[in-house]
This record gives sequence, C-alpha cells and structure tokens, in this order.
Amino acid sequence: MEITNEVLKDLHHRMIRIRFFEEAAGRLFENSEMPGFIHLYVGEEAVAAGVCAALRPDDQIGSTHRGHGHLVAKGGDLHKMMAELMGKEDGYCNGKGGSMHICDLDLNMLGANGIVGAGAPIAVGAAFANKYRGNDTVAVVFFGDGATNIGAFHEAANMAAALKLPAVFVCENNEYGEYTPRHKTMAIDDVVDRAAGYGMPGVMVDGMDAVAVYEATTQAVARARAGHGPSFIEAKTYRYYNHHGVQIMGFKYRTDEEVDMWKARDCIDTMEANMLANGVMSQAEIDAVRGEVQAIVDDAVEFGRNSPYPHVDTMLDDVYTVGAN
Amino acid sequence: MTVTETETENALRELTYLGAVNEALDQIMAQDPDVFCAGEDVGANGGVFGTFGGLQAKYGEMRSVDTPISEQAIIGLGIGAAVAGLRPVVDLMFMDFILVAMDQIANQAAKLKYMFGGKTSLPMTITTNAGAGLSAAAQHSQSLEAMLCHVPGLKVVMPSTAHDAKGLLVASIRDDNPVIYAKHKRLFGAKGPCPEDLFEVPLGVANTTRPGSDVTIVTYGRMVGESLKAASTLSGEGVEVEVIDLRTLQPMDSEAILASVKRTHRCVVVHEAVRFAGLGAEIAAQIQEEAFDYIDAPVGRVAAPFSPVPFSPGLEGAYVPDAKRIADGVRAAVARG
Repeated sequence: MEITNEVLKDLHHRMIRIRFFEEAAGRLFENSEMPGFIHLYVGEEAVAAGVCAALRPDDQIGSTHRGHGHLVAKGGDLHKMMAELMGKEDGYCNGKGGSMHICDLDLNMLGANGIVGAGAPIAVGAAFANKYRGNDTVAVVFFGDGATNIGAFHEAANMAAALKLPAVFVCENNEYGEYTPRHKTMAIDDVVDRAAGYGMPGVMVDGMDAVAVYEATTQAVARARAGHGPSFIEAKTYRYYNHHGVQIMGFKYRTDEEVDMWKARDCIDTMEANMLANGVMSQAEIDAVRGEVQAIVDDAVEFGRNSPYPHVDTMLDDVYTVGAN
Repeated sequence: MTVTETETENALRELTYLGAVNEALDQIMAQDPDVFCAGEDVGANGGVFGTFGGLQAKYGEMRSVDTPISEQAIIGLGIGAAVAGLRPVVDLMFMDFILVAMDQIANQAAKLKYMFGGKTSLPMTITTNAGAGLSAAAQHSQSLEAMLCHVPGLKVVMPSTAHDAKGLLVASIRDDNPVIYAKHKRLFGAKGPCPEDLFEVPLGVANTTRPGSDVTIVTYGRMVGESLKAASTLSGEGVEVEVIDLRTLQPMDSEAILASVKRTHRCVVVHEAVRFAGLGAEIAAQIQEEAFDYIDAPVGRVAAPFSPVPFSPGLEGAYVPDAKRIADGVRAAVARG
C-alpha cells in the first residue's frame, strides 16, 4: 500500500494532538483540577490515529474507559473535551459524563464507556444499523486485551460475525488488565488467536507504528464496506502511565526497564525520526506542528478552567427524552 | 375501558392478548421503516410464543432478526441501532433473562442520554415475558419490574388486556426512551375487545377498570383480572372496590392513585412480584407522604412471599396471589379503623 506524505503528516498530527492533550489532562488531574477517574492514552496514540485516519467521517467508533485518544483522533474538539473532563458546563456532556463517558455523536464517536467490554455490543448495533440502511458505513469497535475476557465482548464479536455486519474489531493490547499482566489472565500469547473462533480474519500489527495500524485498518474497512463482514486487528501497544491516573499507585506492578523498553519505541519519536530521514517533514515543520497543537491545548485548559460548573438546576435534565418523537 | 381519542373511529373486535401484540408489531412495522425486531427465535420461527409470527415472511430477515442466544449483545444491538437512528424492538424471551443483560439495560441504555448531556435519545423497546403459573420454575417465572423501576432512565410497561397490550406497545415503540414492555405469560390467550387500526395507550396513564367508593386496589398485569374477580365477590358483601390498573409502572401515575385513595380512604396494592421492596412498598410510601390525612387504615399489600417461584403446581398455585387472597387483603383493610 502506498502511503502518501499527506497521510504520514495526518497520522503525526493526530498523535501529537492526543499526546499533548493527555499530558495536559494528566497534569490537571495531579493538580486536583480534574475530579473523578482518568485513564490516559499516552503511549497508545498510534492505534487511535492509525485507525481513525483510515475512516470516513460517517464511520462510527465505539470506545472504552481509555477513550480520550479515540475522540481526539476522530476529530474531537479539545476545548469541549477539557471542559468535560473538568466537570464543566461547556463540556461535551455538559459535565454529566466526564472522562469515561465523553462522546461526540456528530463525529460518530459513540461514547467512551465505564464498563469494560460494554461498548462492543453497542458498536455492533451501529454496524447493524449501517447494514439495515444498506449504506457502506463501517463501525469500529475499540477494546483492550482485558475486554476479550468478558462475556459482552464475546457475544458482540460472535453476533457481528454471524450477522456479517460491517464492523472492525480493534484490540489495543497494552499487556495489562488494570494492574495484572495479560499472561496471568489468558492462556494465549496473542489475542488475535481469538478471531478464528469467531470466523473473522485476524491480523496482528505493531501498535507503536501508526502506519502499520493505518494499513491494516484500511484493508479491514474495505472488507467491511464491501459487505464481507467483520475483521479483527490486534495492535500490540503499551500505556506509559498507570491504568488510572498518572503515577499515583503505590505498588510496583511492572519494571522501569519494561517501561523504558517501550518508550524507546515511542510511536511519535519513531515517526518523526522516519519523516526527518525521508524528508517528509523538516524539524522546523515538526516544531511548528507541536507548537500549534500545544497552543490549542493550552487554550483548551484555560477554556475548561473558565467554564462554569453546571448549575444544580440542570441535575434532573436529560434523564428522559420528553415529548413526542 | 378507557377510550383514547385516536380510537373513536377505530372498530373494536375480539382479539387475544398475544394476537394484539402481533398485530401492533405488524402495523407499526408497515408504517415505520425504522422499526425492526430482533431476538432469539424471533425471525424464522416468529418467537417461541408466536409474538413475532409472520413478520419475517412479510418484512424480511433484516427487520425480523434471528440472533444468537446472547442477551447482552441483543440489547447492545438495540442500543447501537437506536443511537444510529433506528427504532428497535429487541426481545428477551423471559423476564428472568433481563438479569443476563442487566449491564446493557441499566448501565448503558438507561444512562446514555444523561451521561452524554442529552445529546442522543434511545428509542428502544425491550419486549419480554413475565410471570408465574406455567410451572416454569424459578428462572422462567419471575416478575422483576421493581428492580427495573428503580433505574432512572428506563420506562416499564405491563399490560393487562388485549386492548392495552396493543396500545401500550405502539406507545412504547414510538417513545424515544428505553422501554421494557413485559407481557404476562398466562394472559397470552385471554381475549378482549381491541381496536383494529393502529392506536396508542399513552405511557404513564393509569386506567380505572372498576369504580368503587370503599377501597382502592392498585395493581397491574395479570393481577388486574384477579383483582376484578375479588371486587365482584366483595361487592356481594357490600364493599365497593375501585380497581386501578397502572399499565405503566415507570413513570407511575401517582396522581390517579392519590385521587382515588383520597376518595376511598383505603388502599391495597396487589402484585405478583415478591412483597419485600416491591412496588407496593413504593406506592404505600407515596400514599403516606401525600395523602396521610385521608387514609383510615394502613395500606395493605397482597403479593408473593419472599422466595423463588416454586416449580411444583401446588406450591406455585399457593405462591401466586389470586382473587381469594386479594379479597382477604381487602377485607383486612376495610376492617381497620
């Protein structure tokens, strides 16, 4: 597959947006400016960027508790995201959802989800709607390695395959289910082995390589658009921070050497080095992108800080849809 | 029988409760191309009880969908399709199976709109079959409406007649919220007058099925018929019972309950679900909060004992409330004060 310079720059831009947003969110969380739970996507940027760059705007994505990166990669508004994470009125969900329920239905991002695996059946429902309407829209199901151990995921994958729905299952295998290493919770080395059990083609890619993820997704999406049913992609990746928060856990569940080994393969560093070596972008151009994104993120932080908290009178709004359809 | 505006020109004829459900599905699918049905055995076989009979032949495999035995994915299918703009009817064969899908129902469907700051609606109907009386034992006989009513974001409907089975289902499907529509298995063959054309019984509006001045029975589902039998018996004893069929449990028509109790000054709540923490507790609490000065006796409850539904017919018969036990409950309420 020929990868144009425009695609490379696009992948880089999406990853930078995710990385800078998440680093800023992490700092706010550590400064107690962000309530609740936060599951940061830092380290895994190549997966969301590679997948979403291969999608059309009308394609849907179903997300997870670690969902900021998915929304950013799909084109999410960083200001509304930051305000939502801070529980503010101008956030995506008016401060009703927070980090684990952030969504943008206009971008066909069907929502992060606080329950592991629970986004999969919902995204499969969206895929069903696409087939029902006879369009060629595709739904992507993001999930972690841990989610493949939960019943809802299995039901969703089987149903998508049985009904031959236009879906792409993207496993972000970051090797840990919360703080427990993957090898203790499943007896297989590669999650993609499960694809065969659903009758789906499965492919394993380097989840630190946005181009590899982009190529695999492009093929899987083309297959789904053509009416040939769902595919399974396992992207092997790594989360730099803890399951929850930044470095707040008091126990040691992985070694510094392991973390450093993955950071040495950082998706953004690697891509920038390749682009410099191949003359795709100059250092000045890379610096300009970084500066531009950082300015937007800084502005988003201020926007979030300045946004009011939702008025208590709004508490009971939107429990139900009121009125006739 | 409450006659809604839309049925004034709508010819009545006898139909079974299940036939009314099937007719509602057929007519609304003919009218609205966004409505589809999905569930176990729903498609080619028309549902194990015949609820969906004939729909696949008429509307095709995409609108009458056979799914795997995957209750979580069945509800998820409905949620995702509803968010994407369709109007799904997803079926869980027995109300007991709702528990298998409770995350998708209570954590997902019920909360999405709220968590998303109102930026979606969820026009999904979950059809299911409740109730004991078929020796189906403890995992195929439950009435779990109370736990569903406890979850903000859900609506809960339990029809008692063919008329309401049709009109409430149409209203449920047209509603933009997740609605659990639970039929009672022992009412499937019950015949009653039902309008021919499409019509709605509005959600959240109770029906006074029998007027009376001495005591109010608040009930729903199959217990409406048993309560009417009890009322007939009690009338012979000089006790005039008003019977209120809630029809929709969430949102509950509290106004209708309170207005009746303020006239009769006595109330007995009747349901097939277990008594402890059942809807009777909620209704009794509302009455003491809102009509304390009007009542002459404690609010009575006639309900199932706190046990799983037994299998053996004799045990099951003693477990489920009937007209005799309801009449006893009413006599106790009337004797007080």
